[in-house]
Amino acid sequence: MPKNSFGLISKALAVYTKDFRLELRTKYAINAILMFGITTLSVVSFSLGQSGLQPKLLAALFWVVMFFSAMSGLAQVFIREEETGTALALKLTADPDPIYFGKLFFNLTLLTVMTLIITPIFFVFTDAPTGNLPLFVLVLILGILGLCGATTLVAAIIARASVKGALFAVLSFPILLPLLMVLVGATEKVLSGQTFGVISTELQFLFAFAVVMITGSVLLFKFVWLD
Amino acid sequence: MYKLQAHKLSKRFGGLKVFSKLDFELTTGQSMAVVGPNGSGKSTLLMVMLSLYTPTKGEVVYYSDGTKMDDAAVRANVALVSPYLNLYDQLTAEENIKFFATVSGHNITGKAINELLVRVGLEGRGGDLVGGYSSGMKQRLKYAVAMFKEPAFLFLDEPTSNLDDEGKQLVLEIVKEFRSKSIVVIATNEKEEYHLAEKQLRVNQ
Repeated sequence: MPKNSFGLISKALAVYTKDFRLELRTKYAINAILMFGITTLSVVSFSLGQSGLQPKLLAALFWVVMFFSAMSGLAQVFIREEETGTALALKLTADPDPIYFGKLFFNLTLLTVMTLIITPIFFVFTDAPTGNLPLFVLVLILGILGLCGATTLVAAIIARASVKGALFAVLSFPILLPLLMVLVGATEKVLSGQTFGVISTELQFLFAFAVVMITGSVLLFKFVWLD
Repeated sequence: MYKLQAHKLSKRFGGLKVFSKLDFELTTGQSMAVVGPNGSGKSTLLMVMLSLYTPTKGEVVYYSDGTKMDDAAVRANVALVSPYLNLYDQLTAEENIKFFATVSGHNITGKAINELLVRVGLEGRGGDLVGGYSSGMKQRLKYAVAMFKEPAFLFLDEPTSNLDDEGKQLVLEIVKEFRSKSIVVIATNEKEEYHLAEKQLRVNQ
């Protein structure tokens, strides 16, 4: 069979397409994520009733729901490989870099779909003000990048552990705490209708966090994956 | 010309010694059967040779035309058929072969995939989900996935497990073909499979 010049992108795309196809056929991760998100939002909505919350509490609530929903699904991308015994075939066939990027893009897709579903429900259920909507979308995008950048590597670390679910949240939380604190602060200001200039520091942090996490993960992934 | 060299290879799991100080060398056109009873460490030795387990002592080195191969080069030239290696149940056989070919940097056509499936006796079943296959059919598909890249190093762990007589004949033909152009390592405890390789390495003596 002739070798061709398939590069990193083609190989990562193959991993992404494979995971996307598996998810479409099993709906394992997306179901777990959406069930958690919608259930949590429903409980909050019924508890709050008609009483409105301050932007700070709304922002915290939103990112708590996002964090735990993400925790319930993002690790599946590696856990599924270990539990079905396919990780061995993947390790023997593919280089680590395309695997990492394929899994990262898949998690980004998963979290984006989750966000597109959960965010409108959040606004409807909590009657939150939309504030500065374009800035809110920017904060969401940077938040998703940061969440996925950090958790994809952690998912690879915990995939072979016996208590995967708990370990994923425990290991991810300290890494994500600074990100979540800044996200809550930025979201509070955005919901209050603040402008770009007011939250530029938070946006710089969110961008830098995502870049550092993804770069660090790329450098470390092969040691985690092949160990 | 490829060469595989193991030097004083030892593996322990905690206090349990699996094997120690194994030395062997294989070049293209040579084959070796790793033999021994259940639990003797045959599969572990294969995993160590494939760098999936770290040896406690010693090393395994792969050479291509006298030059030491790096991990990526080894990965591009090895294939494994093993009970511990599973393919994707929720993909079809064709999708599995296409995926593994693409991620390993090989361009494979639909015609080539079909030829592989015919070769392993799965013609007409390439569009079925692997999850619906019997264990013997899955084993045949593993051979198809192992063969697409014409590996320079072919590792077979319990090569005929789950196969019927026709499947065992198929394995015999595949081993004969690859023995002449690759390095073939077979881990087995079936005495009738010892003859598949010219050399024998007994573990857990």
